[in-house]
Amino acid sequence: MSHSDATKQTLREWLLTDTPQSRHQARMVALYQGWLSFSTNTMAMFGLGILICLGLVALFAPLISPHDPFAQELGNRLQPLWSEGHVFGTDSLGRDILSRLIYGSRITLYIVALVALIAPVAGLLVGTVAGYSGGWLDVILMRITDIFLAFPRLVLALAFVAALGAGIENAVLAISLTAWPPYARIARAETLTIRNSDYISAVKLQGAGATRIVTKHIWPLCISSLIVRVTLDMAGIILAAAGLGFLGLGAQPPSPEWGAMISEGRRFILDHWWVATIPGLAIFTVSLAFNLLGDGLRDVLDPKDGGS
Amino acid sequence: MLGLLFITFIIGRVMPVDPVLSIVGESASKETYDAAYKAIGLDKPLIVQFATYIWDVITGDFGVSLLNARPVADDIKRVFPATLELATLGTLIGVFVGVPLGVIAAVKRGSWIDQIARVLALVGYSMPIFWLGLVSLLVFYGILGWVGGPGRVGIFYVDIVPEVTGMILVDSILDRNWEVFRDALSHIILPALLLGYYSLAYISRMTRSFMLEQLSSEYITTARVKGLSERAVIWRHALGNIKVQLITVIALSYAGLLEGSVLTEIIFAWPGIGSYITTALLSADMNAVMGGTVVVGLVFVCLNIFSDLLYKYFDPRAK
Repeated sequence: MSHSDATKQTLREWLLTDTPQSRHQARMVALYQGWLSFSTNTMAMFGLGILICLGLVALFAPLISPHDPFAQELGNRLQPLWSEGHVFGTDSLGRDILSRLIYGSRITLYIVALVALIAPVAGLLVGTVAGYSGGWLDVILMRITDIFLAFPRLVLALAFVAALGAGIENAVLAISLTAWPPYARIARAETLTIRNSDYISAVKLQGAGATRIVTKHIWPLCISSLIVRVTLDMAGIILAAAGLGFLGLGAQPPSPEWGAMISEGRRFILDHWWVATIPGLAIFTVSLAFNLLGDGLRDVLDPKDGGS
Repeated sequence: MLGLLFITFIIGRVMPVDPVLSIVGESASKETYDAAYKAIGLDKPLIVQFATYIWDVITGDFGVSLLNARPVADDIKRVFPATLELATLGTLIGVFVGVPLGVIAAVKRGSWIDQIARVLALVGYSMPIFWLGLVSLLVFYGILGWVGGPGRVGIFYVDIVPEVTGMILVDSILDRNWEVFRDALSHIILPALLLGYYSLAYISRMTRSFMLEQLSSEYITTARVKGLSERAVIWRHALGNIKVQLITVIALSYAGLLEGSVLTEIIFAWPGIGSYITTALLSADMNAVMGGTVVVGLVFVCLNIFSDLLYKYFDPRAK
């Protein structure tokens, strides 16, 4: 087994070998080399760092937040920055802004994770099925995709949320509904190039059915371009979610969603600027981190495209 | 196009608001309810309802707004110019700053200009537009007082110039009323700069990557060997060749501004189509929502067709 070999060499040598002994090792080598070239990209590492911090903050929210994010203290409302016990001040109901930000990170991650699961998978399904089967099914599925693409995204999401009712789950659903068509396009394009390649014919001759070919031989090859696209889209998803929250159509009060916090602070913007400004900075930081990470990933996974 | 109407139709149907109830009111008797139900045509099969809906849209009838009992088509005619004015100005800013910035960034790859362009674009992609709008309003209006506040014109200038196009800047020029023009300009400048910044981020990035592709091709080397000045090579040969791709990008970003200015319009209390749709949504005024969505979708499709036509005009190979 490769692991007994590995004990003789160092782990690093094992990971950098030119002659992998097993499939598992080959995969690990590819991953490690990808990681090496990724980690030379300072900006991408910076983005990754921010996101890891965000994940930790969300995970340990109850431990690190100084106050209860829902505890109102009307005598202590609209405290400025750096005031006693409230680093980022308090909002119009006297709630600690820092604590609300910390708890809000959970909502943001929740929305992003759900959309990043639903939309690409739906797009992958539609795209590969359309691309592999061809014919009328392809035409119909791609027409539907085009219709969704022709719609302005935010307006469509707004209309969906209005039809389904406001709330986080519905916001997730609405954003996913508007986000899947580009993935379907990408997956279809990939499928079309893969479909006629020799190895697919070989698998076919071995008697593999359409389902097996699509799930085992086409999906794995679509994944890397989808991952890049998802990471680059994350920022857009965060902004869309915050926009819906801002319009009062996403997470409902008293939930500490960042967009909703800006919307609450908007009324006091002229006299108490920090109430609306601080959550905006949080949104900006997180979506910037996703953009940096996406750029870095694109350079690693998709070298033909990386221009910068 | 049909599909577009179909989706708005479906959305209108799924909406958990009973359209009949909102007309007859809670306390209506069963007979009144049934009569209204028939009058709107809800008893007919869905396909017939859909056909009626399409016919109505084609003839320009979007129904009556439930909120102010005015025809939705009239409302849209009133709010659309405001959006058009804002989006056009935003796109102009995006094009006139974004294209040169992208070209220079590509030519001087790796220089400080390239870095600045990169950061500008990155920040543009990551910044929530409604937040940037709020902050700029706070700084330039609230603190510095350099620009006019929310709305299209100051309260003293409302309805002074005769309405011709519905775009106040154009109307005040036509009327030669410079005072109104100046006031309208001071109101539009901030949201327009904001939208301009977003389209600049996109346009400059795309211009840069198109230019890089061109600059590495052989005909550029040939042109240089021929002894053409660097300026001619870059601005005439290379830029001339990406004209077609650029048009598509600009059309896309223009369409994006026409529809995506929803949040900006709300922040700046701009009475455009975005804020119209949103207000209608929040008050469950489905006719208005569907009408607005259809118009926005139409504009989107038309711009796509238009950019395809330009494409064919400029690129003989596409014919």
